Amino acid sequence: MTALDLGLPSLGGLDGVPTTDEKQTAKEYTSDQEVRWCPGCGDYAVLAAVRGFLPQLGLRRENVVFVSGIGCSSRFPYYLNTYGMHSIHGRAPTIATGLAVTRPDLSVFVVTGDGDALSIGGNHLIHAVRRNINMTILLFNNRIYGLTKGQYSPTSEVGKITKSTPMGSLDHPFNPLSVVLGAEATFAARTIDANRAQLTEVLTAAAAHRGTSFVEIYQDCPIFNDGAFDVIRRGGDEAKQRIIPLKHGEPIRFGLDGEFGVIRSEDGYGLRVAPIAEVGEDAVVVHDEHRDDPSFAFALSRLSDQDLTHTVTGVFRNVDRMTYDDGARQQLKDARSTGQADLGTLLRGKDTWTVGAE
Amino acid sequence: MATLARGALAETGLSKKDAERAKNMFALGLLCWMYHRPTESTERFLREKFARRPDLAEANVLAFRAGWNYGETTESFAVTYEVAPAPLDTGTYRQITGNTALAYGIVAAGQQSGLPVFLGSYPITPASDILHELSKHKAFGVTTFQAEDEISGIGSAIGAAFGGALGVTTTSGPGISLKSEATGLAVALELPLLVIDVQRGGPSTGLPTKTEQSDLLQAMFGRNGESPLPVIAPRSPGDCFDAAIEATRLAVTYRTPVILLSDGSLANGSEPWKVPDVADLPAINPGFATEANATDGSGEFWPYQRDDETLARPWAVPGTAGLEHRIGGLEKADGKGSISYDPDNHDRMVRLRQAKIDNIPVPDVLVDDPDGNSELLVLGWGSTYGPIGAAARRVRAMGLSVAQAHLRHLNPLPANLGDVLRAYKTVLLPEMNLGQLALLLRGRYLVDVKSYTKVSGLPFKAEELQNVFLDALKGDLL
Repeated sequence: MTALDLGLPSLGGLDGVPTTDEKQTAKEYTSDQEVRWCPGCGDYAVLAAVRGFLPQLGLRRENVVFVSGIGCSSRFPYYLNTYGMHSIHGRAPTIATGLAVTRPDLSVFVVTGDGDALSIGGNHLIHAVRRNINMTILLFNNRIYGLTKGQYSPTSEVGKITKSTPMGSLDHPFNPLSVVLGAEATFAARTIDANRAQLTEVLTAAAAHRGTSFVEIYQDCPIFNDGAFDVIRRGGDEAKQRIIPLKHGEPIRFGLDGEFGVIRSEDGYGLRVAPIAEVGEDAVVVHDEHRDDPSFAFALSRLSDQDLTHTVTGVFRNVDRMTYDDGARQQLKDARSTGQADLGTLLRGKDTWTVGAE
Repeated sequence: MATLARGALAETGLSKKDAERAKNMFALGLLCWMYHRPTESTERFLREKFARRPDLAEANVLAFRAGWNYGETTESFAVTYEVAPAPLDTGTYRQITGNTALAYGIVAAGQQSGLPVFLGSYPITPASDILHELSKHKAFGVTTFQAEDEISGIGSAIGAAFGGALGVTTTSGPGISLKSEATGLAVALELPLLVIDVQRGGPSTGLPTKTEQSDLLQAMFGRNGESPLPVIAPRSPGDCFDAAIEATRLAVTYRTPVILLSDGSLANGSEPWKVPDVADLPAINPGFATEANATDGSGEFWPYQRDDETLARPWAVPGTAGLEHRIGGLEKADGKGSISYDPDNHDRMVRLRQAKIDNIPVPDVLVDDPDGNSELLVLGWGSTYGPIGAAARRVRAMGLSVAQAHLRHLNPLPANLGDVLRAYKTVLLPEMNLGQLALLLRGRYLVDVKSYTKVSGLPFKAEELQNVFLDALKGDLL
C-alpha cells in the first residue's frame, strides 16, 4: 500500500485527439434531428454556443463524443452530429469514464442537469471530479425538474411551491460549485445561458483543461421555472450589481462602475463583498484560478447566494493534477514494457503436472 | 497435536508459540501417511513458500515429517487408505479456482478478439477475486477500474464498449440488482457487454460467503420491459474459463449484454484443470463497422440496420469518420436508429430484440445415458454438475440406470432440449434455489419437470442426491 508518483507530463485537455486543418462550421456539427425543447428554453442558446464553439477546437468531428443522462438537457447529443449516447438518469459520468479511460483519442463531453447530476447522479459526479478524468461536464441548472413537468430540484430554493411541494419545499439546496470544489475539482466554472461570449470563453478553457472540467450553466426554464434567473440574465444595471465576474490575475470587482470588491472576511477565512470606497483598492482580492488550495475557489463559490443577490461567474479554479485516465494508461504501458504477456505462460502458471504420455 | 508439534520443534530454538503454529503441518504429515500420499511436493512447496525465512521453512518441514513419522511408528491408527488416481485425459494440468479461471477466460477473450479489456467493478464477496486477478494482467491490455458503486461499474463498462473495448462488469447478488437498469440500457444500445454474477445466498445481503443458484430468474427477467439477453452458466471451476470465452463470443457476435452465472462454490472451489492449448482457443471477430450502410441510397450510417442472419446491429466506434451516430435508451426507429414513438415500430423492435436472442444457435444438450434405456433423466445447470455426476455414478454402480444432462446455455436453451425432456418418463432437476429453472422449463415445454431443491448455502452432496435419484427411480418423488 504505497503511494506512487507516475511522473506524467503536463498535458492539455485535447492532447491526443486527432485534429483537422479543414475549416469546420456549426452546420457540420448539426444533426438532422429536429430540436424539441419548449419555445424559449435556455437550452437553445447553449446548443447554439456549443455548435459554434466546437468548430473552433479544430478536432476531427468523429473524435468528439457527447454523453448525457436523462432530463431535458440530456437530449443534447441528438442535436449534434458527433458520436453520442443518451444514457440513463444520473449515470453519464460513469459511461464517460469508461470511454475516456479506454480512448485517449476522444474529446468527451457530459451534458447533464441539476436533477441528473446532483440528485440521482450525485455520487458519480463527485467521484468523476475526484478522479479528475479527462472530460468536460456541462451542468444545465434551471433549478427545476422540467422533463417530469415541474417538481423542485436539489438546486431549488427553500420554500419553493411546486407540484410535489404544495406547501413549499423543505430541502436545503446544493450550490453546485461548492459541491464540486468540495470534491477538489481541478476545473470549475459558472456561466449563464444568455451570455454567449462568456459561455464560449468558459467552454474553450474547459476543453483545454486536462482532467474533469465542470461548468455550471444557469439556464432558464420558461415553462416550469420561468424567470428564475431574470435578475442576472437580462443584463443592464441590475445584473451588473449582482454578477461578480472572475478574470484570472485581476482584482475581483463589480457593480455599475466597479464600486464593489471581494475582500477577505475579518473572521480569518472566507471572502465577502464590500464597497471599495470603504475598504480601499488594496483590500480587493486578486483572482488566481491556479491556486492549488481549493479553499480559495470554494470561498468564491460561497459568495453566490441562492436569491441571486450576488452570483460569481467565470473560472473559479483551473489547476493541474494527475488524471485517472492518464495514470491508468501509463500503468498499462509500464506493464507492457516488461514484455510478460504470453497467454500460454499465464494459463500454465507456476505449478503444473502431466497426466499420461510419460 | 500442538504438544506433539511443539515437541518435534524443541531443538529448533523457535518460541513455544511459533512452534505451535506448525501444528497444521504436523496434521498434514499424518494425513499424508494415512492416505499414502507423496511428500516431496509438499516439502518443496514449504521451502518455496518460506524461501525468505529458511528457519521457518525447516521448522514446517520438520513438523510435517514428524506427523508422517507419528502415523508410521505409533500404530495409533488401525487403517490407512489409498485413493487411486482419477482417470484424467492426457495433458498438462494445474489447480485452478473458478474465479481465477473466469479472470483468465476474460484475458483470453480479449486476446482472441483483439479487443482491449475494460473491467468496471465494485468490490463484493465472492466476486472480488476476479477484480484482483484481472488487475494483475495489465500487460495483456486489461484495464481494471474500481468504481464508486455497482452502477458505475457497469456504466463504465458500457462506456468502454461504446468505445470499442470488451466491457466487463463483475458482481454478486445485491450488485446484480443495482446493475439492472444499466443492463437494460445495454440491451437497448445493443452493445457487447459481459455481466458476471457470482451468485451467493439471498435475498438482500443474504449469505455473502455461501453458495446459491437463486439469481437465474433475475438474470432472465430482472429488468423493466421486454429485455432479453443470453444467460450462460459454467459447471465447474475450470469450465469458468471456457464459459467466459463463450460469453464473450455471444456478446460480440450478437452485440448484446450476456449474463454469466457463476456461484460461490465455483468461485472458491478448485479442481485439476487441463491447461488449454492457446492455439485451440476460438477466434472472436469484433467486425467493427467501417462504412455507411443505409438502404435508401442516402449514404448515411444507420446504427440499427441489422445483419440479416444474426440480427445484430453494426458496432461503429467513435473515431470512425462518417459513422457518427447517437444511441440511447429511448426506443429507436428500426434501421435508422432515430428516436421513435411509433407504435408499430416499437412492437417490431421489441420482437426483433427478442428474436435476435432466441435465434442464437447454441450447441445441443448432450445426454449421458450409458445403457440408453433409463427412465430417469437428471438435468442440472451450473455448479451442481459435480455432485449430480457423482451421484449418478453411485446409482449406476448399484446396477440401476440413470441419464444425466447438463445445461450451459440457459438462454436461449438448446434446440433439442424439448425432445430430450419428453424422451424420459421422469425428469428430475436439482437446483440450489426453489425451482427456478424448473419453472422456466415447465412453462416453455409443458413437461412435468420434478424439482429437488436446497437452499442451505451449501452445495449438494453425492450421497444426498444418490438417495433422491433412488427415490425418483422408485417413483417416490413428491
